Amino acid sequence: MNRFDYIRPDTIADAVAALAAFPGAKALAGGTNLVDLMKYDVATPARVVDINRLPLKAVEDTADGGLRVGALVTNSDLAWHPQIAKRYPLLASAILAGASGQLRNAATTGGNLLQRTRCYYFYDTSTPCNKRVPGSGCSAIGGVNRIHAILGASDSCIAVHPSDMCVALAALDAEVEVEGPQGRRIIPFAQFHRLPDHNPELDNTLEPGDLVTAIILPATDFGRHHTYLKIRDRLSYAFALVSVAAAIAIEDGIIGDIRVALGGVAHKPWRDRNAEQRLRGEPPSEATFLRFAEDVLRESEGCGQNDFKIELARRTIVRALMQATRGTPQDQSDKVVR
Amino acid sequence: MEALQSNIAHIGKPTSRVDGKLKVTGRARYAAEYPAADLLHGVIVSATVPAGRITKLELDRARAVPGVVQIFTHENRGKAAWLDRKWRDEVAPPGHPFRPLHSDRILFDGQPIALVVADSFEAARDAASLVRAEYDIDDFCTELEVRRPEAYDPPEKRSGIPPPPEPRGDAEDAFDRAKHRISSEYRINAEHHNPMELFGTTCVFEGPGQLTIYEKTQGSQNSQGYVTSVFGLRSKNVRVINHYVGGAFGAALRPQQQLFFAVMASLELKRSVRVTLTRSQMFYIGYRPDTYHAIALAADNKGRLTSIMHDAVAATSHHEDYQEAVVNWSGMMYHCDNVKLSYALAKLNTATPCDMRAPGASVGVNAFECAIDELCHDVGIDPLEFRRINFASIDENTGKMLTSKALLECYQQGAAAIGWDRRPVKPRSLKDGRELVGLGMATGMWDAFLMKAAAEAKLTADGRLEVSTAASDIGTGTWTILAQIGADALGLPLEAITSRIGDSTLPASPVEGGSWTAASNGSAVMAACEAIKATLFKHARAMTNSPVAQAEYDDVVFAGGRIALKNDLARSLSFAEVMHAADLAEITETGKAAPSLLQMRKYISYTHSAVFAEVRVDEDLGVVRIPRIVCAAAAGRIINPKTARSQILGGVVMGIGMALHEEAMTDHRLGKIMNHSLAEYHVPAHADIADIEVIFVDETDEKVSPLGVKGLGEIGIVGTAAAVANAIFNATGRRVRDFPITLDKLLA
Ligand SMILES: Cc1cc2nc3c(=O)[nH]c(=O)nc-3n(C[C@H](O)[C@H](O)[C@H](O)COP(=O)(O)OP(=O)(O)OC[C@H]3O[C@@H](n4cnc5c(N)ncnc54)[C@H](O)[C@@H]3O)c2cc1C
Ligand code: SF4
Repeated sequence: MNRFDYIRPDTIADAVAALAAFPGAKALAGGTNLVDLMKYDVATPARVVDINRLPLKAVEDTADGGLRVGALVTNSDLAWHPQIAKRYPLLASAILAGASGQLRNAATTGGNLLQRTRCYYFYDTSTPCNKRVPGSGCSAIGGVNRIHAILGASDSCIAVHPSDMCVALAALDAEVEVEGPQGRRIIPFAQFHRLPDHNPELDNTLEPGDLVTAIILPATDFGRHHTYLKIRDRLSYAFALVSVAAAIAIEDGIIGDIRVALGGVAHKPWRDRNAEQRLRGEPPSEATFLRFAEDVLRESEGCGQNDFKIELARRTIVRALMQATRGTPQDQSDKVVR
Repeated sequence: MEALQSNIAHIGKPTSRVDGKLKVTGRARYAAEYPAADLLHGVIVSATVPAGRITKLELDRARAVPGVVQIFTHENRGKAAWLDRKWRDEVAPPGHPFRPLHSDRILFDGQPIALVVADSFEAARDAASLVRAEYDIDDFCTELEVRRPEAYDPPEKRSGIPPPPEPRGDAEDAFDRAKHRISSEYRINAEHHNPMELFGTTCVFEGPGQLTIYEKTQGSQNSQGYVTSVFGLRSKNVRVINHYVGGAFGAALRPQQQLFFAVMASLELKRSVRVTLTRSQMFYIGYRPDTYHAIALAADNKGRLTSIMHDAVAATSHHEDYQEAVVNWSGMMYHCDNVKLSYALAKLNTATPCDMRAPGASVGVNAFECAIDELCHDVGIDPLEFRRINFASIDENTGKMLTSKALLECYQQGAAAIGWDRRPVKPRSLKDGRELVGLGMATGMWDAFLMKAAAEAKLTADGRLEVSTAASDIGTGTWTILAQIGADALGLPLEAITSRIGDSTLPASPVEGGSWTAASNGSAVMAACEAIKATLFKHARAMTNSPVAQAEYDDVVFAGGRIALKNDLARSLSFAEVMHAADLAEITETGKAAPSLLQMRKYISYTHSAVFAEVRVDEDLGVVRIPRIVCAAAAGRIINPKTARSQILGGVVMGIGMALHEEAMTDHRLGKIMNHSLAEYHVPAHADIADIEVIFVDETDEKVSPLGVKGLGEIGIVGTAAAVANAIFNATGRRVRDFPITLDKLLA
């Protein structure tokens, strides 16, 4: 662990100033990811800005019928918040599919959004990794890559974003509220995380000094036609090999608004709006959903050990969409996939 | 024995751990938790390449960290023995034991290359992260498949590990002529022990050449012997204490890196030193080696085995020939006249593998029992029926008789408990929703050893008994069962007994492994207690007006702290009275246990089990659930059904890990394990474990050990992975021969 400067500001303005003043400064929220990375010498921030005193713990209604979730609301509090359970059960379900009870108690909304990949090489400083040391190479290509990307990868990096929560947020068309040196701005979720391209060291589009202050959830109502289905290497407490957040508006037996986001397959939660668009107006059925899955995965590519994920993703998409159609969302404590 | 039978109060009764309260309240101290004055902290720096030489070590930045006291490398390490044999511990395999900091040579990734010692853990850790090493990397290989063609029969055999038996009959010919036969290859990936407690040693410097060492080990005396031999110290000046051990599974049988470093630094710096390994460093101190199993089996129309061939290749390191009994089981699980077995090693650039729960059997029996299931399918016979037909009543490898084998009862009770008659005969024919349902079973087998052990018992006039032996309790329940044995031997309440274990100054004990502690140390404790009884009786008879003056030893009982006449319990003497009359404040006696060489010529002992699993597999997604496992074990006398059950549960859970989760993921281009953390090295989570039923069938065995005990630490894992794999076949029709069975292998 490197030596670092530690401060704990009381106001958002001070926090932003503290972050902006030091290149490579990092915000500390729950610490469940940052502290691990610091212990492994993967993250070596010169300054740690503890944001836990900031007033970012509220869940509030927005003017247009949505919810604004403060960046410091813990994953547990969010998942069990009555308004979330009632209005955004898909989000609650995705959060509960992740990590463990202890971790969710500490992990925050902002931290979850910004957690880094679980690529084995990223964590092991004795191996080359472009995300950790730009230009050093990508060890996962041709290496141990069972958990790596099948969509949107590049020659520089094939890592995936590990979050479950974010997959639901992608499906819900959430927005990220950011406070930066230039003031406040709102980033649509699809533009928040990015693909690796040639600079995988950048996970997202935040600028130096930016502080995430909230997630904004737009008003939506998919009734019970949603699900979060996560497939992993053990029945709990493992990152997704493939996960699917799905929500469908079914009108007169016809698919209307449909959202399908995939986790565990790409450098960001993966959505294919064109494919979704093409599904509109069709009757929901296994055959339709299979065609949709093929469509979404048309450019998927394995890198060896993860080749199976393409077939797994296909089947998981179909099953998830059937669950959503039936109105029987996956229960995160019952491990039977129905 | 006699007394026990007439007066059984605690043996056989489910008893909570006597050390349970200390553990759950955090008062039980583990090796790295002992305080010491002026304690220094050592942090190990590990190599990051698998083979070669260190060309440069850059220490300046590390040295500059405030609080750093010393950095040891191969260039300035403390004095230690030169000769290989000085480094050999009780359970070392043949070869050259690893000598930390011996030279600039790198033998495996993760090898310690430096120890940073500082006056705080934080400073040591910080400085350790600043050490930079450069290497000349040599050719290396970490992939068993690549080295497999060069596999060899280890020239020197590891002590205590029987090599495969000579072939009997003509297995090849019988195979060629058989009606039904299968020939398959299995692979079981390398696993890592990952006990909860990190490996740690607190070495307290008591004076020149004099140390008290709090150490995570399965054998305080093994560690003590290692320290005295490596550092040339006198036994009486080195005391090793391991009161509590937070799991080990075999990883703490051999002295590990941290012991060497803590002691070396302590002797050099003349200060107390603590060294703890990190979780990821624990991936380089030994592992269950990867194995390949080529198995060919044949049977006749009636399901009688006619040929067994099992050839295994296992990984070892370049510096040692680590060995286990992998294939031997295949020659004695069932009756068969034509058997040919072989076991070979292949060298990899890794740390030396080490014993991990049921070493050898857990992989060998797993592969073999899956192959048996394949054969049953080919013959078209129920796997349980097949096992009954081929029941072996002797050890066919050696021709010896078995001291007991209640395996048929295990089959029967286990089958009833799981509802074996529900098993669909045709694979992939039972469905519940989207889940394919299947049942599978396997036989398990493990040694029932009696080892040489000694104990002391001390009775004080206040009616308290202390029993001591240098055994270890690695979570197994040793503290408790020794107290139970002492209580029953003298007819005292459990609260009156104090066990003393986990200390090298106590009477001699082997390492805690092989499931032999209850039988061996337990029998030694009992013998010591018997000696106390004899002494008490002698003094009781000598008392004036003694009610037992005319009695023979067989005529009295020891109960409630009194000696009484069997046929007139009212006529009795309290221990206190007897001791007072004899003017004794305490009676101390010793006892020993040792195998009978005479008996061993004719008899051999094993623990047996039958494991049944119900699995459910999502037909599209390959997600596996195991709603129920039944493990029925025949393990002789069960001293403490509560801790015994825990042992089986733990073994079964680990078996589920072998079946579905556990594997080292190695990047063979780099020669490095990549999933060296508990986040990425998967063991079963709670959600993976549902109902596990443990059945102990009655088994009386007067020969296996004076207590009639066989031991339970390992049998729970043996056969479990095979039962799960066989159930998966029954559910899906898919035979996966590559462990763990991750869901990708079920997708196709
Ligand atoms: C063993 C294990 C298993 C896990 N399993 C799962 C799983 O299955 N699914 C899953 O989704 N997650 C899983 N997680 C990850 C977990 O969800 C994240 O660690 C957690 O969400 C991070 O939140 P935090 O508040 O602790 O973040 P921190 O560790 O405090 O921060 C993480 C990053 O976000 C930055 N940051 C935090 N808040 C802000 C802010 N407001 N503005 C700007 N930057 C900020 C920090 O600087 C840091 O870079 C697992 C973690 C562990 C350790
Ligand atoms: S996949 Fe990305 S994170 Fe992993 S090694 Fe390659 S560059 Fe690094």
